[in-house]
Amino acid sequence: MVSVPNVERAAASSSPSSVRSRVKKRLGPDIDGYGFLLPATIVMISLVVYPFCLAIWFSVSDAFVGEPASYVGLENFIYILTEDDIFIETIWNTLLFAFWSVLFKVVLGLSCALLLQRILKLKRFFRGSVLLPFVAPTALSTLGWWLILDPTYSHINWILENMWPFSVMGFGPYNFLGEPTLAMASVIFVNIWRGIPFFIITILAGLMSIPEHLYDAAEIDGASTWRKFRSITLPLLRPVLAIIILFSTIFTLGEFNIIYVLTRGGPMNSTHLFSTYSFTYGILNHEIALGAAVALFLFPILVLIVVFLLRMVRRDTSHEL
Amino acid sequence: MSSSTTTLTGSGGREVGINKVPIWRRRKAALNYVALLPYVFFALFPFYIMFITSIKTDQEINNLGNSPFWATGIATEHYVYLATNTSFFQHWFVNTLIVTVAVTIISVSIGTLAAYALARLRFRGVELFGVAVFITYLIPQTLLFIPLIDVINTIDDYVPIRDTYWSLILTYPTFLIPFVTWLLMGYFKTIPVEVEECAYLDGCSRLGALFRVVLPMAVPGIMCAILFSITLSWNELLYSLVFIQDEAAKTISVGVITELIRGDIYYWGSLMAACFIGALPIIMIYGFFMDYFTSGLTAGAIK
Amino acid sequence: MAEIQLRDLWKYYDEVPAVRGINLDIEHNEFIALVGPSGCGKTTTLRMIAGLEDITAGDISVGDRIVNEVAPKDRDIAMVFQNYALYPHMSVFQNMSFGLRLRKTPKEEIDRRVNMAADILNIGELLERRPKQLSGGQRQRVAMGRAIVRDPQVFLFDEPLSNLDAKLRVQMRTEIKKIHQRVKTTVVYVTHDQVEAMTLADRIVVMNEGVIEQVGTPEEMYDDPQTLFVASFIGSPSMNFIPCQVEAANGGLSIQLADNLSFPVPADRLDRCGPGVGREMLFGIRPEHITDKRPHTDPTHHNFTSDVVVLEPMGIDTMVFINIGETEITTRSRPRAVSQVGQPMEFTIDMAHMHLIDPKTDVVL
Repeated sequence: MVSVPNVERAAASSSPSSVRSRVKKRLGPDIDGYGFLLPATIVMISLVVYPFCLAIWFSVSDAFVGEPASYVGLENFIYILTEDDIFIETIWNTLLFAFWSVLFKVVLGLSCALLLQRILKLKRFFRGSVLLPFVAPTALSTLGWWLILDPTYSHINWILENMWPFSVMGFGPYNFLGEPTLAMASVIFVNIWRGIPFFIITILAGLMSIPEHLYDAAEIDGASTWRKFRSITLPLLRPVLAIIILFSTIFTLGEFNIIYVLTRGGPMNSTHLFSTYSFTYGILNHEIALGAAVALFLFPILVLIVVFLLRMVRRDTSHEL
Repeated sequence: MSSSTTTLTGSGGREVGINKVPIWRRRKAALNYVALLPYVFFALFPFYIMFITSIKTDQEINNLGNSPFWATGIATEHYVYLATNTSFFQHWFVNTLIVTVAVTIISVSIGTLAAYALARLRFRGVELFGVAVFITYLIPQTLLFIPLIDVINTIDDYVPIRDTYWSLILTYPTFLIPFVTWLLMGYFKTIPVEVEECAYLDGCSRLGALFRVVLPMAVPGIMCAILFSITLSWNELLYSLVFIQDEAAKTISVGVITELIRGDIYYWGSLMAACFIGALPIIMIYGFFMDYFTSGLTAGAIK
Repeated sequence: MAEIQLRDLWKYYDEVPAVRGINLDIEHNEFIALVGPSGCGKTTTLRMIAGLEDITAGDISVGDRIVNEVAPKDRDIAMVFQNYALYPHMSVFQNMSFGLRLRKTPKEEIDRRVNMAADILNIGELLERRPKQLSGGQRQRVAMGRAIVRDPQVFLFDEPLSNLDAKLRVQMRTEIKKIHQRVKTTVVYVTHDQVEAMTLADRIVVMNEGVIEQVGTPEEMYDDPQTLFVASFIGSPSMNFIPCQVEAANGGLSIQLADNLSFPVPADRLDRCGPGVGREMLFGIRPEHITDKRPHTDPTHHNFTSDVVVLEPMGIDTMVFINIGETEITTRSRPRAVSQVGQPMEFTIDMAHMHLIDPKTDVVL
């Protein structure tokens, strides 16, 4: 199961006990908890909360590298929404990118997890291999894909041209990263490659939490493999699936590495996401204010998903027996 | 099966033949392996390409008629080039290592304390802290890298950290502490409270109980937190790309992307060699400690 | 007709044998209990009959058909699982009808059968509920209902009562017996609880370490155990085993125990005990056959005196623990006839129920 912070834990586990009260007297109230949280709180406030507020301030100012900033209201947001065609395209790109990536990650991750669950021999080898994309440095492995997709050296084009039956079908060669649609497909492809392991491993854990005897019962009831999947696996996996889809959506929306390495947002801005476009504004063009405004567009989506997630966790959706 | 080692006997001491596994069951089992192969192939493909390209000579790489999937021999020239003509080993590798170790120590210790407090102690606002950890865990780096430049510049006025790995040691914990906290919170909750209460009755203080009873029992969780901190620090790109321009202060990912890609003609051999070597330490750690990785991923869905 | 035959049945998990060449004939409509300690292979045997485990070697036939390679759904069996295995996301009705729906049974027929089973089990009001909303006993009923609606040739029970509390277990035990009388069919019932086996089964199969120790009616198992294992497993509290020597005396035999105790072997046992003469043997006697002193007319009854070590009042009887040599012995007396702890007490032993076990082979002579 994907674990999520259980905010109701406090109420659940405080059962009355004389031991507990005796211990409490000796140790004093649990306010040492604040001490334990202090270092984390300092780091988080100074390096997450403060910068986050700073980002909001930048987004409503005219901040530019090396110049003092002043308040300009919602001007930046109005500008990128009404006059910046690239930003509008970026919104669509991001949604497109996230939708297809997550969709394929779910389907491929689920199917691979189901297969992995069934095998008995060479388990570690198969598991280890399919999880590798997740642990390897993304920037470096994406460079590998860059070579594979390079117009001149492309391994895929080589296969299309030199290997039967593709060679007689007359596909390609393609300029994978040079043509807008293909470039988008390529970055989605690599993102899927890198994201599948997360789904595999969490779904595998979800599968293990489904009691084996339910499958035995279904087998005796006469369910086929497909029917077992449809009537037992899928319904019982739904809570886990919902949570990891939301998680993956957050991380996919914020993707930077793959785009930066493969296309830098090109060709013709066709693969810009919020992250790379914000990078272009804020770092390359020194337009800190606009960069911050672009990045902040992620925030409402993020809040929405967090609310969803928290609600799902509170309403215990698991079917305990 | 045991057929080779044991003879199975039936009534009257006669031998009983081993039954065949039903065909439908064998066929299903075999199909699973066949169906898994494309996934394995897909997952390993770029790593294979990296490796095979890195051991080809430039001439071989540029001979486009040849199959790009095989190498005719093993050429070490690209690795030699990396060692002699670039800062790969001399600076980037060392920097990455320093940052990774420092950040892991910082994040795991701070995260452990916080996780313990959130999992075990009752005080006002504990819920709020829990939710806060959850949210900071989900805030993408994309939202923070621009203002963090400002924060680093401010600090740099007092302590020189700009353009050094210190800026990374300072900022990486922002995404690692929430992760570690979250992961360990789950582990601490699996340790029975009674064990800890027993330690109190035996005379332990709160910290004493944490170090002598809870932490030893949470070793798998802490291992997992350490491994993930190492992986995420080693693999980080955005912050180091933004905060560091000085070539000698770069980490592997940034160094390879900004320094080894020059002009229009790419030096694929050395580039792939750098990718391969850069990924190798993590892949090796992963190979040794795979089970911890899997349990960690399971416990705390991560980036 | 649904006889079940197990022929030289073996099951290996990797290199570990779980079932080691067992043979068993189960008759049509018979209630068979497989009983034994955990890890004895009883559940594995049941799962092989169900088709959930492959058979390493040997054959299983149901009716006249060898079912080794028949998929579970085609064996015409139903199974009640230890933890009920109810589908948590389906209502009681859906749980019970799942198997019928998969077999494309007409809607009216499904309704009829589910309602009939619900009637038998008294769960008519629960049909719309989810398993989560049911108590342990209700879940147990639903699990049985799911098996009943299928109207199978064979019922398999895998420790169905072990998750219930003691009181409910007794109640459900009676219920299962009633259901079997009503829905006549072949039943294979796995349990580790010998009381459950004794009360429910027509015949009991005691298994240990993958082999069958003994098969017989409950009475045979109790009166006439054939191995040390069965003798100690069946009966509660379990049989006493005392090291002894068998000696020939006055044309008869006598059992020599420690503390100079000696009891003659009854005349009808002389043949069976003969081979034990002059050897170290184990003397077995159940607690209920050593009682407070009674006026006896029977030639097999003998008196002796011993000090009371521990008393365990059980209500109707009191367990009196005494020592013979270094062996602790459980005896069963009427509460009023019991002495104080540390005081001597007179007992009567009924040698008609003695057993003599060869400790080298663990076989009861």
